Amino acid sequence: MSDINQAGSAEEHQAPGALVEWEQRVAGYGGEPPFVEEPEYGSPIVLALKDAAIAAGIAAALFLFFIGFRTDINLGGLELTTRWQAFGISIVAVFVGRLAFRMLFWGSRQKGGRSLATRAIESRKGTPLSEHFARHSGKVGAFALAAAIVYPIVILWAFPLKDKQFIDLGILVLTYIMLGWGLNIVVGLAGLLDLGYVAFYAVGAYSFALFAQYFDVGFWFALPVAGLLAACWGIILGFPVLRLRGDYLAIVTLAFGEIIRIVLLNWYTFTGGPDGISGIPDPTFFGLAFARGDDNLPGLLGLKYDSAYKQAYFFYIILLLAMITNFVTMRLRKLPLGRAWEALREDEIACRSLGINTTNTKLTAFAIGAMFGGFAGSFFATRQGFISPESFTFMESALILAIVVLGGLGSQMGVVIASIVMIGGFELFRDLAEYRMLIFGLLMVIIMVWRPRGLIATRDPSAILKQRQSISADMVAQGEGH
Amino acid sequence: MSPASAKPAAPSPTPADATHRWEVDPVLTVEHLTMRFGGLVAVDDLSFNVGRGDITALIGPNGAGKTTVFNCVTGFYKPTEGRIVMRHGRDGGDEAVRKLTESGEPWARTDAGGIFLLERMPDFRISKEAKVARTFQNIRLFSGMTVLENLLIAQHNVLMAASGFTIGGIFNLPGFRAARQAAIDKAVYWLEHTRLIDQADIPAGGLPYGAQRRLEIARAMCTEPHLLCLDEPAAGLNPRETSELNELLEFIRTEEGTSVLLIEHDMGVVMEISDHVVVLDYGEKISDGSAERVRNDPSVIAAYLGVEDEEVAEAEAEAAAAAARAAKAPAEESGDRP
Repeated sequence: MSDINQAGSAEEHQAPGALVEWEQRVAGYGGEPPFVEEPEYGSPIVLALKDAAIAAGIAAALFLFFIGFRTDINLGGLELTTRWQAFGISIVAVFVGRLAFRMLFWGSRQKGGRSLATRAIESRKGTPLSEHFARHSGKVGAFALAAAIVYPIVILWAFPLKDKQFIDLGILVLTYIMLGWGLNIVVGLAGLLDLGYVAFYAVGAYSFALFAQYFDVGFWFALPVAGLLAACWGIILGFPVLRLRGDYLAIVTLAFGEIIRIVLLNWYTFTGGPDGISGIPDPTFFGLAFARGDDNLPGLLGLKYDSAYKQAYFFYIILLLAMITNFVTMRLRKLPLGRAWEALREDEIACRSLGINTTNTKLTAFAIGAMFGGFAGSFFATRQGFISPESFTFMESALILAIVVLGGLGSQMGVVIASIVMIGGFELFRDLAEYRMLIFGLLMVIIMVWRPRGLIATRDPSAILKQRQSISADMVAQGEGH
Repeated sequence: MSPASAKPAAPSPTPADATHRWEVDPVLTVEHLTMRFGGLVAVDDLSFNVGRGDITALIGPNGAGKTTVFNCVTGFYKPTEGRIVMRHGRDGGDEAVRKLTESGEPWARTDAGGIFLLERMPDFRISKEAKVARTFQNIRLFSGMTVLENLLIAQHNVLMAASGFTIGGIFNLPGFRAARQAAIDKAVYWLEHTRLIDQADIPAGGLPYGAQRRLEIARAMCTEPHLLCLDEPAAGLNPRETSELNELLEFIRTEEGTSVLLIEHDMGVVMEISDHVVVLDYGEKISDGSAERVRNDPSVIAAYLGVEDEEVAEAEAEAAAAAARAAKAPAEESGDRP
C-alpha cells in the first residue's frame, strides 16, 4: 500500500512516468544530458522495418553460400545446385522474426518500458492497452456483433466456392466463444478452476442426441432440456467440490470430465459407446427445413438450393445462443448474484462474514456455467449430425480453459479475441499438420509472457457512483486453483 | 460476573448506577465457552456479557484467545463447549433461552426480536439472521472490487430477495431497481460517515491502510448488525486516524444503536471509549468490569507487565482481601486462578 497516490489515478501508468523521469534527468544535467546516445528519430514502425531490413541483408550475405548453394559429390566431380527457394524463405524468416522481436520485446528496453506492439495501440495519453479496450468495450462489442451478423452474407457473396468452409469456421469460432463465456462464469467470475467443463458440453450434446433417437424430438424442444440437464450435472459436480480448494478442486473437476466421457464410451446399450449416435436431426426454422424441395425454406424464398444456406442458418443459431449467454452473463454481473460470485473469487471468508451463502453461490455458478455448456453441446450435436465420446476429450476442456485464460479472466471481449486467434489460427494452419501444435504452444507461451493476466486484464466495475474506472488485474484476485 | 447474568436483578431503566447494562440487558451472552484445538485449550470456560448499546472491549496479551472467542461468536469456529446467546429484544429472558436450548432449534423469533444460539448456526446465518457483523485482524476486503461494490456485497441478502433471486433482476423489474437505489443510498450514507465518498469508484485494494480499516467497518455496518465485532480496528493507525476511529465507533453506538464488541491492544482506545472491559489471559477471564475498575486490577497489571511469582501471589492475596472486604461477590478474578 505504499504507492497510494498511484491507485487514486490509475491512468498515470508507466509510460508518462518514464517520460517524466527522463525529463527530470535532462533537467538535472542542466538541459544537456551527457553521454546519451543519439535518440532515434522517426516512426517506430519505420525504424523497426529498417532494422529488420538490415538484419535480412546480413542474413542474405551469410546464407548465400550456406543455404543458397549446395554441392554434391557426383561422378563427374562436385556438382553445384542452387536452392533459391530455401534461401528466400530463410531471409524472409529472419526479416519477420527480427521485426516481431523488435516490436514485441526489444522495444520495451529502448522506449519507456513498453513494447511497440503495445504502444501502437495505446492512445497518446498513455492509457494501457487493456484499459483502452475496457473504455470502449461497448463500441467494440457492437462492432463485433455487426461484423458477425454480416459475416455469412459477405462470405456467401464474396467466396461462392469456399463459402461452406468459411461459414463453418465462423460457426466453430462462435461455438468456442459461447463455451468460453460459459466457462468464464465459473472460472473468471466465481474463480473456481474447472478442468472438466467439456463434461457439460457432452451432457448437452448427448441429451439432444438421445432425445432425438429415443423420442424423436426436435432441436428447439431439446435445447432447453439439454441446458437444464447440464445444469443439474453442474450441481451434481458442485456438491462434492464445495469444500475443495485450489489444486484439489481442479483435479476433481478433471476427473469428473473424464468420468462422463468414459461412461458415454462404455454404456454401449444406451449411448452406442464408441460408435456414437448418428442421424441427429437438423434444426428447423419455425417448422421449415433447410433442404431440397419447394416446400422447404430456400424453395419458399425462391432461392436455389445450396447447402451453404443451412450453414448460414447454423451460424445465426449459434450467434443467437452466444449472444444470449453474453447478455445473461453481463446482466448477472450487475445483479447481487454475479457480484457475489466475484466476491467469492476475491475472498470467501469475507463473503461468509457478510451473510452470503457461499454454498448456494458456488452451486449457481456451476449450474449456470454448465447450462450454457449444455446449450452449446446441443448445438454441436445438431450441427455435426453425429456425435461420439471422441469429441469430448480433456483436450477440449483444456482448449476452452486456454481461451478463457488467454482472453483474461472474467473478460467477455477477451474470450472473443482469444477464440478468434486460437480457433481461427488453428484452422488456418491446418496444412502445417503436426507443426501447428508446436506453433500453438509457442504462441501461448509468448502471449502469457507478454500479458500474464490475459489479453484484457482489467476488470470493469459492476456499479458506479460517479466515474467509471477500470481496475487493473494486479488488484483482482484469481480465485481457487490458479 | 457470570452468576449475575444468570439471575437478572430487577431490570432498572437506568443501568448506570448500581447494576451495569451488560448485566441487565445483554445483547450477547457467552456462557462457559470452551474451545480446544487438539490438546491446546485456547479458551477455557469463559463467560461474559455484552450490554446492548455498550462498547465492550476484549483485551489481553498476545495469544490470550481473543480472536478465538471472536471466531466462536461469529461462527467461524464451532465451540467445543458452551452456549452463545444473541438477543435482539429485551424479552429474551432465561426461561425463553432455556426453552430454545431444549427445543434443539438454532433460533426463535419473538415479539421483541429474537433469540439466537450462535453455537448452533453456520457463519453466514449468524450474519444474516442473528445480525452479528465482524471485521478481521488482517483486513479482508474484496480488493479487486470498488469501494462501492464492497458495500453493495454487504447488502447481498436484501438485494437478492429484491431481485426475486435473480429472475426479476435479469428483467430489471421496478422493485429491484428501487432496492438497488436504496442499497446505493445506504452505501453512500456510510461512505460519507467514513469519509470515503470521494474514493467510491476506486478498487478497495488501492486505498491507504487506514481507509481500508474504515471501509471494512462501513461494510460490516451495511449488513445492519445488532452487534458489531471489531478485531483490532486501531492496529496500524496513526494517532489522528485512531481518534477518528473513536469518533466513528461513538457514532455507531449512539446514532445507530449498534452494540460494539472489540478486540484492541491500544489501551488509549480501550480506556477512552469502552463502557465495559473483559480481560483474557491464557484463555481465561482474569478481569471483567468498567474500564476504571479493570485498569486498577492487580491481576490485569500482572498479566500485562509480567511480575515475579511472589509478586503475583502477593497481588492476588491483596485482591482477595480487597474482594473480601467488599464482601459483595466472591473474588472471581483470583478465585479462578490456581
